[in-house]
Amino acid sequence: MRRSLQRITPQLLTLAALVALVTLFFPNFISISYDGTRFVGPIVDVLKRSAPVALLAVGMTLVIATRGIDLSVGTVMAIAGAVAAYAITSGFGLPATLALALLAGLAAGLWNGCLVALIGIQPIVATLILMTAGRGIAQLITEGRILTFSNNDFAFIGSGTVYGIPFPTILWLATAILVAALMRRTALGLLIEATGINRAASALAGVNATVILIAVYMASGFCAALAGIVATADIRGADANNAGLWLELDAILAVVIGGNSLLGGRFSIAGAMIGALIIQTINTGIVLAGFPSEYNLVIKAGLVLVILVMQSPNLSADWFYLKTLISEQRTARAERKEAS
Amino acid sequence: MTRVLLAGAALLALSAAASAQTVGFSQIGSESGWRAAETTLTRQQAEERGYTLQFSDAQQRQENQIAALRSFIAQGVDAILIAPVVATGWDSVLQEAQEAEIPVVLLDRQVDSSDDLYLTAVGSDLVHEGEVAGEWLLGEVGEEECRVVELQGTTGSSPAIDRAQGFRNAIEGHANVEIVRSQTGDFTRAGGKSVMESFLQAEGGGENICALYAHNDDMAIGAIQAIKEAGLAPGEDIKIVSIDAVPDIFQAMAAGEANATVELTPNMAGPAFDALEAYWADGTEPEKFIQTESRLYTQADDPAAEYEARKDLGY
Repeated sequence: MRRSLQRITPQLLTLAALVALVTLFFPNFISISYDGTRFVGPIVDVLKRSAPVALLAVGMTLVIATRGIDLSVGTVMAIAGAVAAYAITSGFGLPATLALALLAGLAAGLWNGCLVALIGIQPIVATLILMTAGRGIAQLITEGRILTFSNNDFAFIGSGTVYGIPFPTILWLATAILVAALMRRTALGLLIEATGINRAASALAGVNATVILIAVYMASGFCAALAGIVATADIRGADANNAGLWLELDAILAVVIGGNSLLGGRFSIAGAMIGALIIQTINTGIVLAGFPSEYNLVIKAGLVLVILVMQSPNLSADWFYLKTLISEQRTARAERKEAS
Repeated sequence: MTRVLLAGAALLALSAAASAQTVGFSQIGSESGWRAAETTLTRQQAEERGYTLQFSDAQQRQENQIAALRSFIAQGVDAILIAPVVATGWDSVLQEAQEAEIPVVLLDRQVDSSDDLYLTAVGSDLVHEGEVAGEWLLGEVGEEECRVVELQGTTGSSPAIDRAQGFRNAIEGHANVEIVRSQTGDFTRAGGKSVMESFLQAEGGGENICALYAHNDDMAIGAIQAIKEAGLAPGEDIKIVSIDAVPDIFQAMAAGEANATVELTPNMAGPAFDALEAYWADGTEPEKFIQTESRLYTQADDPAAEYEARKDLGY
């Protein structure tokens, strides 16, 4: 526990610095109040709005740990959302609706996993196929329009609260904790890391790398479907053109900001979750600070650049070298003083 | 022999004029619900007037549109309607249509080519739409102070720029109405909702906001949900005006949750066919730009009936 906390310290510090920065521009950022039914405040919004990216990042972390990447998650969100909206408007109950949407996500993951693990297409290309084609599938389901519904139980997933806490927040926290526990309390995490570091060697060592690979893409599809359900429930409608658009990039960014390497191997879901919070803090912060919208992407890119530079392994090696150099000089000087 | 052929050609031309007109329509593709409605209405208008409509979907690609135009020219249609996907690169194919003496009418979007290469362009004035929205708000608040938040369209897109400009033109010189916050919601419901949540946080839980101006109805619909979740009454505590007039905003207006919308009519074909009929009859050249009406709808305009009339147009 202490070691994993130590691992995500840079991310936590970054998040704290970012919150301080936003508070500088918008002093009420950290104020939270309770209005009788739910907690209200910018921080609560950040925790709620980060749900889609955080959910995507859970799955993406696992895929990236196998040295893969899943570009299709944004599109899978749109497909799952379209399936859910279609099912609920056709009179299916809530459990059946959710099951169908999650099945759609699992099926998309199975497709990606088979392309990568069985056929051996490079992950970026294999998942690009679904990224491009999937939005068309979602549009076919919604017939090109925004498919709206008025089922309050389903809408609860997007905008309901439990003990005053937004349901999407609970959902992504629970998903992250469950998956992290599954990875660390069983050997699964180790097997995924082994596959990511060297698939051939781990296969020789007895790891069923093919099954592991298919499983992580299915997990990613499942998480994307969850995110799609949240996004659809939130606006009470499936918007096949825009749901999850470009979110795959935010998810990858969250994983990377979380200190995970795109080269696979060791991974930290907690890090990726903080990465998602960092991204959402930037998004919300820009709007609250009241900058004109032309600056949004520039500010976001600038902040991300600063964060990544600070986390750069080269820079931290230099920093470490500098520190030892200074301390060596200091001891040398102290020794000279003693000698004289 | 030549004379016989010419006479035959004249006869053919005569019989063509007497029978149903054939019109080719090159649509951009199915990029939005609005465009689907435009296609539906163009088909309806053609049917009502007894034209044969040759429809071609370009799937957002200019080369498909150029190919469609060439095939219309080869078929010898009586007129061509085109919603051009981009502004440039139309010179040569428009030239070919002109040489074949087929009038071309541009729908909804403009091209950069010289305006004698096409008969006319039918479209909406985006700046004017913003002005109509702004004037409605001025009439609604009178002399009272009003702090407005604005949900802009996709940054840099022409509807976002022009609709922002139009609204500012309208409220210029009225010191009581002020735009206090302005951010992009990317023309989407999700964008409108999340940005509105932040606006509400930033403006004292929404107490300091008097009105919302959204560059399209979808963002307004998203914002309405955010306002409701914040425990305020959209349409009463915060006045809402938006643009497009899609079916769902009429539903919100019928429920008293939105106040006004400015129509971007998908019926571009109606005015186009009117101009074409005058041209076929006696060669009347229409104006080079036919501006469609930017009609304002409020809760007084029977929104429930408007919803019923629009919901099957394919939005």
